[in-house]
Amino acid sequence: MNHKFDYVLRLADNVMVLSQRLSQWCGKGPALEEDMALTNVALDLIGQARLWYSYAAELEGKGRTEDDLAFLRDAHDFHNFLLLEQLNGTYADTLMRQFLFDTGHYHYLQALKQSTDQQIAAIAEKSLKEVTYHLRRSSDLVVRLGDGTELSRKMMQTALEELWPFTGEMFMDDEVDVAMQAAGFAPLPSALKAAWDTHVADVMHAATLRLPDANSWMQKGGKQGVHTEHMGYLLAEMQFLQRAYPGAQW
Amino acid sequence: MSKEWPLWEVFIRSQHGLAHKHVGSLHAPDAEMAINHARDVYTRRNEGVSIWVARAGDIFASSPGDKEALFEPSNSKVYRHPTFFPIPDEVKNL
Repeated sequence: MNHKFDYVLRLADNVMVLSQRLSQWCGKGPALEEDMALTNVALDLIGQARLWYSYAAELEGKGRTEDDLAFLRDAHDFHNFLLLEQLNGTYADTLMRQFLFDTGHYHYLQALKQSTDQQIAAIAEKSLKEVTYHLRRSSDLVVRLGDGTELSRKMMQTALEELWPFTGEMFMDDEVDVAMQAAGFAPLPSALKAAWDTHVADVMHAATLRLPDANSWMQKGGKQGVHTEHMGYLLAEMQFLQRAYPGAQW
Repeated sequence: MSKEWPLWEVFIRSQHGLAHKHVGSLHAPDAEMAINHARDVYTRRNEGVSIWVARAGDIFASSPGDKEALFEPSNSKVYRHPTFFPIPDEVKNL
């Protein structure tokens, strides 16, 4: 078992899948400025995905490239959080998903900066500059829309409740996490939950949104390759070109 | 949504620039978000180190009809232009 490869691949898959989702908004944002901002975030995330995939390919050492990892694996080989493959839905759904992930992502990267693996630490540090902005932006928008009109508040509350069951997975430890922590390469996800809870609670309070029950049932499986029904469609679209025209270049 | 958003003018000071330069405009509900938007729309290719935003409504422009009154007088007064001095070769950018 190559735990470091598995772990880095998860980090890559998370940002890859979310980037793919966000890019589906291109040209459809609610305002030109928002459209640009979302596309920027999507590009930041794909840049991060490339760094993680390249490193994962190197760790695996079997000659696969970042492109192979992104475009030639099927759903059960993807290990992203279920939260990130959820449909874009309304703008409220997209923003809420972004905020819930940005908060976790930020704390993951903060901790990964301390990794004894220099490459992991370096990629985390580079990514963190972008993610600090993502978090600032999504926190701000969640407050604006939560504490906005009656309709926007209702939509944000619905988004929060629908996405809530997918948040627990970000902080569940499995054997890969335990092995990474033991080696000093990464934090235990469960150790990051308190910081996530605090920030999410603060923002929801400012947004006048009601936090769902902290002990409610949480979905899991993404990290193990067991996905929701959306994942296959997402990959079918994302990987179509490479599947239909193997090795296509331009 | 954008119908309710006022127009903002964006000024950016570039990496080596001494002054903020007008780069364009955008819509945003308030100054904080205008700066966020300006960051996303105008500074993603290393354009700047500092952003100013100002509500377009707070900017007053000179009128094209006043062109002569404002600018013409100095054109006919050559003595107002410092063009009678030899410039030393060492001075490159004056």
